[in-house]
Amino acid sequence: MTVSQVSFGSHEPVLEVRNLTVKYIGDTRSTTAVDRVSFSIGTGEVFGLAGESGCGKSTIANSIMRLLKDPAKIAGGSITFGGKDVLAMGPEELRRFRWQDVAMVFQSAMNSLNPVLTIGEQIVDIFTTHAGLSREESLRRAGELLELVRIDRARLKSYPHQLSGGMRQRAVIAMAVALKPSLLILDEPTTALDVVVQQEIMAQIKDLQHELGFSVLFITHDMSLMVELSHRMAVMYGGRIVETAKARDVHADPRHPYTQALMGAFPPLTGPRVPLAGLPDGVKFRNIPDLAEAAPGHFVAPFGADDLTIAHALDAEAAALEGASR
Amino acid sequence: MSHPILSPQAGGDRPGRRFGPGEAETPALEVRGLGKTFPIGGLFSRHSVRALHGVDLSIGRGEIVALVGESGSGKSTLARCVARLEKPSEGAILVDGVDILKRDRFQASREFRSQLQMVFQDPFGSLNPAHRIDHFLRRSLAIHGRGGAGTEQRLEELMATVGLQADMLDSYPHELSGGQRQRVAIARALAVEPQVILADEPTSMLDVSVRIGVLNLMRRLRYEQGISMLYITHDLASARYLADRTAVMFAGELVEEGESLDLLANPAHPYTQLLVSAVPDPARAGSYDPVRRAALRQAVMASTGCSFDGDPDQRCSADQPVRHQVGDPANRHWVRCHLYRPRAGAGGHALAAETAPQGAARKASA
Repeated sequence: MTVSQVSFGSHEPVLEVRNLTVKYIGDTRSTTAVDRVSFSIGTGEVFGLAGESGCGKSTIANSIMRLLKDPAKIAGGSITFGGKDVLAMGPEELRRFRWQDVAMVFQSAMNSLNPVLTIGEQIVDIFTTHAGLSREESLRRAGELLELVRIDRARLKSYPHQLSGGMRQRAVIAMAVALKPSLLILDEPTTALDVVVQQEIMAQIKDLQHELGFSVLFITHDMSLMVELSHRMAVMYGGRIVETAKARDVHADPRHPYTQALMGAFPPLTGPRVPLAGLPDGVKFRNIPDLAEAAPGHFVAPFGADDLTIAHALDAEAAALEGASR
Repeated sequence: MSHPILSPQAGGDRPGRRFGPGEAETPALEVRGLGKTFPIGGLFSRHSVRALHGVDLSIGRGEIVALVGESGSGKSTLARCVARLEKPSEGAILVDGVDILKRDRFQASREFRSQLQMVFQDPFGSLNPAHRIDHFLRRSLAIHGRGGAGTEQRLEELMATVGLQADMLDSYPHELSGGQRQRVAIARALAVEPQVILADEPTSMLDVSVRIGVLNLMRRLRYEQGISMLYITHDLASARYLADRTAVMFAGELVEEGESLDLLANPAHPYTQLLVSAVPDPARAGSYDPVRRAALRQAVMASTGCSFDGDPDQRCSADQPVRHQVGDPANRHWVRCHLYRPRAGAGGHALAAETAPQGAARKASA
């Protein structure tokens, strides 16, 4: 698979996902949430997975962590982490794999803290359970960890409700990197936060990533944020990857009509006001083919004449608006 | 008042109906010195939180004004006060030059509702799941005396206006996508032919790829029907895309206002600068400078200087929220004097989190 060879950090992929297929099996019918998805993440690389709600991006994250519950079933493909087959891990192996090798920050992470335990107790818990450290040592480490994300050490004694949303989110990120995992999965880490806080948290993740050198799988629907943070990215639609390339290339030259529509959803903050067009309601792409290399390192799912008419419809709407604004 | 900001806009690309010279003077919606205080604590508590204070805002006919600010800054409280879902503590709300708080003292009248309509954030919650789309629009028409003959035709027109197929009138809300539901909510607001639409984060719950379509629809309505809009959002980029003017709210007070493009290109208040610099923009990736941001935070919370200090034409004041004019008067861009410190009761959570971990943001004014 050529796609997986184009990684950014190093050619040694930390995580390799191949032809992953996940199905939600119902009584009468089943849905394919993730359909033959392949990608890899290199050491120290930030890989972005973009797409809107329901496209399967969170299902991928949960598959990597082996957190899928019934009725979701991994129906095919493989997930390899550092040479080990994740899908074949036993319970004990999985327990070590989670948090030590791969940590995850969930979408509503700030609500994933236990409200009746102090922040300190919850961080100490990680060290005593996973690293087998003593309480004192754990407490000292917990303090360092909070300082790493610029929260005062005294906050160890605070309960989650005493912290602001941004601080809680930073505390959760601190907990995620506590055991120095080699891969951090961020599933929409800032959607519930204000822009000012969001930017600080993203800057902090960037700093931590430089410092600790972990790889990141970054999941969001915010294309601007993704392009700013990621080295490489993939755009998902209906369980399929429709485009993958370096983030800069996707931003500069989005090729798939869906990627173009996603990009158009984020108006620029500079330059003249130009009419943009989103995806019209109810437009669907079906039977998305496998990716093909459109330019060096830039893979796009070929789209047919039907999809092109959609792209033209988009243009027509934008043109009509342009006419109206004159 | 001779303040350049309050004078009607000259020229520009403002569309809409044509008005006589006298008529254009009256803004479609005007808010004067609006304040809202919420009591906190128990029944006998004398503490209160000041959510809004001294808000002056006017929206011309066929004009879209965006109100931006972080959560907790009072944007939605302002919308709720204007929509008469909340009783303001002080100030006046003028629709078409008539003070509606005086006219309808206890609750919103039907007349007011037909002048001003709301579009809410959550299209999943604002449409009753037990009724067909047809019902929402028909009811809206009937209540406001627009029922009777011609209703069928009007329904089809409304659906066409918001870009939906007429056969969707027979659908239930759950059969529609989020974007389609929000279009129905807009059609329902349009049914009464309002002058002003109040849209509180109308796109934040929608899938990203259809958001721009809803914004385009709002823009088209303004061009075709001359409807004025107050667009409340935390998304600066969409405010810039949609709105003619943008007003920035911080801790319950307006700190800056101006033509959207000019305001976002030349933000004058440190809070606006902080907001603008926080928006992810691939075009200027890696621009995050912690030192500069710390300075901005400091300037927002406790400014020591004002860039207009020493300007003989523009007096600075720490006690009065003086408005300084920024740049070309044609841009109607003003900024509140940096020296002024709001007696904040609400807002600024994000900023307070780092400078003063506890208490500061919740300082209550008695």
